[in-house]
Amino acid sequence: MADVAIHETSHDDPGHDDHGHDDHATSTGLSNNKLGMWIFLGSECLLFGGLIATYMLYRGRHSENLGPDQVWDIPFTSASSFVLLMSSLTMVLAVTAAQRKDDRNTNLWLTITALLGSLFVAGQVYEFTTFYREGLGFTTSLFASSFYTLTGFHGVHVTVGVIMLLATVGMIMKRRIPGDKAEVVELVGLYWHFVDIVWILIFTLVYLIPA
Amino acid sequence: MSDTTETTELGEGYDQRNQAVEHGAHQGEHWSDLKFVYLALALAVITAIEVALSYMVDDLGPVFLPALLILMFIKFFSVVSYFMHLKFDHRLFSLMFYMGLILAVVVYSIALFTFKFFDA
Repeated sequence: MADVAIHETSHDDPGHDDHGHDDHATSTGLSNNKLGMWIFLGSECLLFGGLIATYMLYRGRHSENLGPDQVWDIPFTSASSFVLLMSSLTMVLAVTAAQRKDDRNTNLWLTITALLGSLFVAGQVYEFTTFYREGLGFTTSLFASSFYTLTGFHGVHVTVGVIMLLATVGMIMKRRIPGDKAEVVELVGLYWHFVDIVWILIFTLVYLIPA
Repeated sequence: MSDTTETTELGEGYDQRNQAVEHGAHQGEHWSDLKFVYLALALAVITAIEVALSYMVDDLGPVFLPALLILMFIKFFSVVSYFMHLKFDHRLFSLMFYMGLILAVVVYSIALFTFKFFDA
């Protein structure tokens, strides 16, 4: 009964819709959407932890000619890492623009973030193609399988992130985001930054540390 | 009628509590865009140092691995704390994220120990 009354009270207050703080009327006083996103990201740590641990375990299981030291192109991967790192900056600029209710700059930074993310994915496709042409297929060795699975899963996450970014831009342009627009952008931002921190781990543990 | 009064009082009290929690959740300063740019540049420099270190494996010897891992952790926690705003956000968010992270580190470290990864 009390819960119902609280719910009704928060929705009857016209000021709430204007400021988009509906989601804060929760038992914790925090946004359930944001809490859900952090729980999701915590669970994603377990997914990527498993994939990284598997790669670390099998990185030495390869033939003499097709190991990490033979196929890695560190300058190219470094450039990709830089692109993803800069996309985190543009994402955070989109979030601050959304908090200022500046739709124009929010869309601009979100679009740039999506472009940088697409560039990163394109680089990964190029890298995979190059490795494949050099003879490193998915089933060539345990090293190859664990490497493609780890970086492939990350690439899929980046691709999903790009789709989320473009969808957010579209929804902002068509004014289809109900409630707190800044929070929606922030949630997409949290996912995007998570993809970035996973790459920070992969870049060092997979590419820079010799097998 | 009394129900309405009770609801209003409860609602006001609840809103005040929410505002207090929300205030707590957003305590700490909000960074300006320029600060974020500086942080991104710092992270880019750290990445460049990491890449440079990877070409000096033989020269650095036993220092190489700890140095690389320290730089990686600095980058990781900088993005989590500042770009993801976790440092200034409510502790419950930190708890949810770090619980998953710590669980992953512990579980997979044990798994790697089991497979004698660290003996090699």
